[in-house]
Amino acid sequence: MADKTKVPAIEGWFTTDPENPALIGTQCASCSAIFFPRESSYCRNPDCQGREFVDIELSRTGTIWSFTDNRYQPPSPYVSPDPFVPYTIAAVELAAEQIVVLGQVVAGIDIEQLHAGMPVELVLGTLYEDDENEYLIWRWSPLNTSAATEMERS
Amino acid sequence: MGTDHEVAILGVGMHPWGKWGRNFVEYGVVAAQQALADAGLAWSDIEFVAGADTIRNGYPGYIAGATFSQALGWKGNRVASCYAACASGAQAINIARAQILAGLCDVALVIGADTTPKGFFAPVGGDRPDDPDWLRFRLLGATNPTYFGLYARRRMEQYGATTDDFARVRAKNSRHGASNPNARYPKVFSEADVLASPVVANPLTLLEICATSDGAAAIILTSKEFARTRSTNAVKIAAVSTVTPTYPQTVLELPGFATDAAVGLQSPDRPFRDAIAFAAYEEAGLGPEDLDMAEVYDLSSALELDWYENIGLCAEGEAEGLLRDGATEIGGRIPVNPSGGLACFGEAIPAQALAQVCELTWQIRGQATGRQVEGARVGITVNQGLFGHGSSVIVTA
Repeated sequence: MADKTKVPAIEGWFTTDPENPALIGTQCASCSAIFFPRESSYCRNPDCQGREFVDIELSRTGTIWSFTDNRYQPPSPYVSPDPFVPYTIAAVELAAEQIVVLGQVVAGIDIEQLHAGMPVELVLGTLYEDDENEYLIWRWSPLNTSAATEMERS
Repeated sequence: MGTDHEVAILGVGMHPWGKWGRNFVEYGVVAAQQALADAGLAWSDIEFVAGADTIRNGYPGYIAGATFSQALGWKGNRVASCYAACASGAQAINIARAQILAGLCDVALVIGADTTPKGFFAPVGGDRPDDPDWLRFRLLGATNPTYFGLYARRRMEQYGATTDDFARVRAKNSRHGASNPNARYPKVFSEADVLASPVVANPLTLLEICATSDGAAAIILTSKEFARTRSTNAVKIAAVSTVTPTYPQTVLELPGFATDAAVGLQSPDRPFRDAIAFAAYEEAGLGPEDLDMAEVYDLSSALELDWYENIGLCAEGEAEGLLRDGATEIGGRIPVNPSGGLACFGEAIPAQALAQVCELTWQIRGQATGRQVEGARVGITVNQGLFGHGSSVIVTA
């Protein structure tokens, strides 16, 4: 397992810096509107016809807007471990961008430990793996609950 | 606008919701024949067919207007087919209404039917990493109930809603739907039953999350002039709203990964769900105070509470109070989901917005046996689906 290559589960949506990973958005060069997931063909601001975008890293920390969990295995294309492991999902508000972004919460956090307004940071974890690769995805990790964060990073 | 834009509902019909495992076209034919009989018309009287598409039943599903026309017998009528997720049925109504109001036809059949797979709605098959609906399953494992769970928890965190409140919604709707002959789950559940059901997406239990169903609904729409030749008191459609969200969309919506980023931008006058109903009220020249009932899209028990606020039955944060007062139960001030709602039906996507209008029609005619809202004269339907779709229809005596 140590020999597997770590690759993002999707190209161009987040940096893979192990210390300070961040979501990658795009910003319209004409009106400065920010888009995540990335938009690089046309600006969706109705008052702008911009076609040029620059990549920007979104804030690495935010606060929980809401959260839930998934107790049953989702259908394909979700790649589930066997047996299925339930997981928690949080919607996180990034203040600077005024955007709410979904993500799974790091393993080991009970839903009872979460509340709206709780500060979280973005970390990387393994979504699934095959014989060659570990496929990385972003996850939200509560700040100041170091145990779970370390587990996810190790 | 207002009264100039009215069309008449001369007939309605439904095939009962269930998991029947047959071809969706069969259900549609049953609903269409029932609607024709209800209107006192023959298939040969129909000049225009507007079909609401299904995306899970192959090519015939994508061309629903033609598919149902062929099943009922080709006879050279004009057709249209449309897909708009959960709002498909209302968009089909709107297409037929425009034909009638433009004077291009007098009598139209609006029809939608679906056969659904078991379990969670999954994205359309294949490897499609440019489709947000595919990606949300792949990257997040975010099912539809994930979003319902997020909305429900938000109410708890923001307004102090409780799981008892959500269970109360489900129990109320089960009492409403128990005598509805078209409901898939005509069974009364107590709050305790709901809370004892397994949690699917915290805080929501299995009984609080809408199932996927087979079903069909059909409506005969006519000009008011034509209706007067057949009936002295045909029910009317006063408004159809099919608006999109306004950028920046600051409320998380299926199947998105994120809201729009609102920094540096002016937020829209009203959030999307509010805007859907507002456009209908504006078109009808009516407001929430004029309503006798509402059929809202209870994809989850908790989501029904959001709708109370979105359609203006109460202010933000007051939906739980309205529920606890019994106002939204039949016999209360403003009954919501007298049909039993999605809780008792499950979702047959292209038929669902039509089924909501069928229910209001039966209520206004006084034909909703066992679930009648006494003296009902004005009702609103509202729904929301994937990718910025939503609709609202106002039906009046």
